[in-house]
Amino acid sequence: MTGSFVEILNSAAFHRPRLPHLPFADFRKQALDIVASGGKVVQFFGYTDGGIDKLLAVLRTDKLLVAGCDAPEVYPSFTSQCEPFHLFEREIAEQFGILPEGHPWLKMVRYHSNCRGRADVFGNDYKEDIPGNYPYYSVTGEEIHEVAVGPVHAGVIEPGHFRFNCIGERVLHLEIQLGYQHRGIETLMQKADPKRLPVIAESIAGDTTVGHGVSMAQAIEALTSVQPDAGAKMIRTIGLELERLANHIGDMGALSGDVAFLPPANYFGRIRGDFLNMTLLICGNRLGKGLVRPGGVRFSIDSEISRTLTERIKELEPQIRHVLDLLLLTPGALARFEGCGAVSHDAAGKLGLVGPAGRASGLSYDARRCFPKEYYAHLNIPQNPKSTGDVFARAKVRADEIMQSIQIIRSLLSRPIETRCVEGSNFDLAPSSFVVTVNEAWRGELSHCVLTDADGRILRYKIKDPSFHNWNGLAMSLRNTGISDFPLNNKSFNLSYCGFDL
Amino acid sequence: MFTTLKNRFEQGCRTSAYPKVPVELASRYRGLPRIVPEASAELAARCAEICPQDAIDPVRRLIDLGRCVFCGTCERISKGAFVSFTRNFELSVAEKDHLLTAGTLPDLAKHSRQHFKRLFGRSLQLRQVSAGGCNGCEVDLNVLATPFFDLARFGINFVASPRHADGIVVTGPVSRNMKQALLDTYEAVPAPKVVIAVGSCAITGGPFRGSPEITEGLDTLLPVDLFIPGCPPHPMTNLHALLKFFK
Ligand code: SF4
Ligand code: SF4
Repeated sequence: MTGSFVEILNSAAFHRPRLPHLPFADFRKQALDIVASGGKVVQFFGYTDGGIDKLLAVLRTDKLLVAGCDAPEVYPSFTSQCEPFHLFEREIAEQFGILPEGHPWLKMVRYHSNCRGRADVFGNDYKEDIPGNYPYYSVTGEEIHEVAVGPVHAGVIEPGHFRFNCIGERVLHLEIQLGYQHRGIETLMQKADPKRLPVIAESIAGDTTVGHGVSMAQAIEALTSVQPDAGAKMIRTIGLELERLANHIGDMGALSGDVAFLPPANYFGRIRGDFLNMTLLICGNRLGKGLVRPGGVRFSIDSEISRTLTERIKELEPQIRHVLDLLLLTPGALARFEGCGAVSHDAAGKLGLVGPAGRASGLSYDARRCFPKEYYAHLNIPQNPKSTGDVFARAKVRADEIMQSIQIIRSLLSRPIETRCVEGSNFDLAPSSFVVTVNEAWRGELSHCVLTDADGRILRYKIKDPSFHNWNGLAMSLRNTGISDFPLNNKSFNLSYCGFDL
Repeated sequence: MFTTLKNRFEQGCRTSAYPKVPVELASRYRGLPRIVPEASAELAARCAEICPQDAIDPVRRLIDLGRCVFCGTCERISKGAFVSFTRNFELSVAEKDHLLTAGTLPDLAKHSRQHFKRLFGRSLQLRQVSAGGCNGCEVDLNVLATPFFDLARFGINFVASPRHADGIVVTGPVSRNMKQALLDTYEAVPAPKVVIAVGSCAITGGPFRGSPEITEGLDTLLPVDLFIPGCPPHPMTNLHALLKFFK
């Protein structure tokens, strides 16, 4: 062997010449071994360095491990032996025109041509918008019918295409094809004027503005000398938890709505707004846009804001508890939640589910606890695994996390928070470096990777939204479920289209 | 049953009395910006230079609200001496040129199309199309259905089919991959129809301008009747625009 995967710390710069660069066969074998024995894929992507195409993988056990290799044109697919690589390999094939031979379901991810100007692996010609070379998985038989939904959906929601194969009302298979929201963000992050980076990062997924903002800021901070002070870390943590609260509470409302239990749907809808307004109070934007910048935060939490937040949370806490009880103790709602859309622990592991969806199937991983950044190392983050993997479990994880996040924010607000606000627009990045950031956004593990070249310019900006892992979980949950339960399952995952599409 | 009732009392009535009673937003909210005409050329140039959206014209001293994401960097850098943000959330306009502003906007009601008021003043059904973007604009459109805003009390609803709609509300920078679906949806709406562009993405490409995967301005594809700036526009901005333009 000529080297092996090495440990890398979350959000710490790594000098690229020291990155283990393995012969492809060794890289493949080691990556497969690590994941086969319980490791997970955090990032796996291609990049071009000095005209040579390379691959890089960040895997996680109880540590983060990294190694790279030269990219072959064609290689035996990892996925055929180890499922968690599935979507990563499709993404590499699409972005770089590299063929993973023997991949069990090789089709495009986001409909765009590859960056090397090579023939498209999937045989698409992108001079045409949405060219049609994409067979859907189809089941045949006399009583089988297909239902096609989207890209434009019935509500105020993002676009995506869903293809159901059903027998009667029962779904045998659901295939989800996304990519309609593709905006070319990774390339934009690499090429745009650096002053734009924070604004672009905050617009990867608006409901995860703070999550992506923090991930970007940590990456830039690792590559520069600017560091956030303790107060900034506390404010970022509060921002992340407010984001978690607003979204989880919104999801509980959506779940109530989908089982036609309207009182909690409306109460949660209103309470969610109260949390968005708390973020507005801190930074002037309901989604937290403009709050986080490399080096810290742009807005402080002074004693008056701290007092207002504390009072509002104190008033809301019992209401939230009561509405959660109202929903989770009503037999009619439970009858719909329990046993619906179950994803087994084994399937969740193979799909690499993260966040509440993973925890609902018993994968207790939480980046706040396992790789803590910001203020999380000082906080006690409970484990929330559930065992049933159904809609109820996904609702219950959220209900637990809602009460925990309230406690986290309360405890942070009870301490003095002092920070020197930053504007953070100019930064010189360390040359020839690599950094990976890992955070627990409200949907789960969120990761940004940045590679710089010898002049300190961004060579590659790689983004992985938690939804990248979880869409297949939704597809899996629908198996053998009534098609009328699709909306409920969909809400119980509530995944990001734009975070996936980039 | 008892729990349901108990919760009902605890929740009370939460609907805002707007537009009869004015609404005041939090002090850090950034609404309509105002340019200070006396500011030095040097300061204006510095703000223009640092603006992540290149939304400031330092010579004509105007901000392009279609590009601006209301981050407030210009206000911070100039300590309010070149740009300061008011809490006025009434930002929408009917003509794209009106988005270039030094701090005053024409009265929207005066520029709305009179036949729209006649046709849709009492009932307006809208179909929303997400076309790229970050889903932030959708978040703040969706909340219009929550009890506080309760859009339906004005006879305005978001509907499931373009066939049932009087117009479309577009968010996002119209990604290449959504262009056709957007145009098809527009086609499916019976005429006369309204087109509303919500958010800096839909108006100019927003944070994604410069990417070959998007369209810089919905108005290059469809005739836009109403522009609602913001990133995302505050729900009050949306509500004000809909009421002023159609009521
Ligand atoms: S608030 Fe608008 S004009 Fe000012 S810096 Fe931000 S984007 Fe530019
Ligand atoms: S305008 Fe801003 S909030 Fe709206 S979709 Fe675009 S990036 Fe998101």
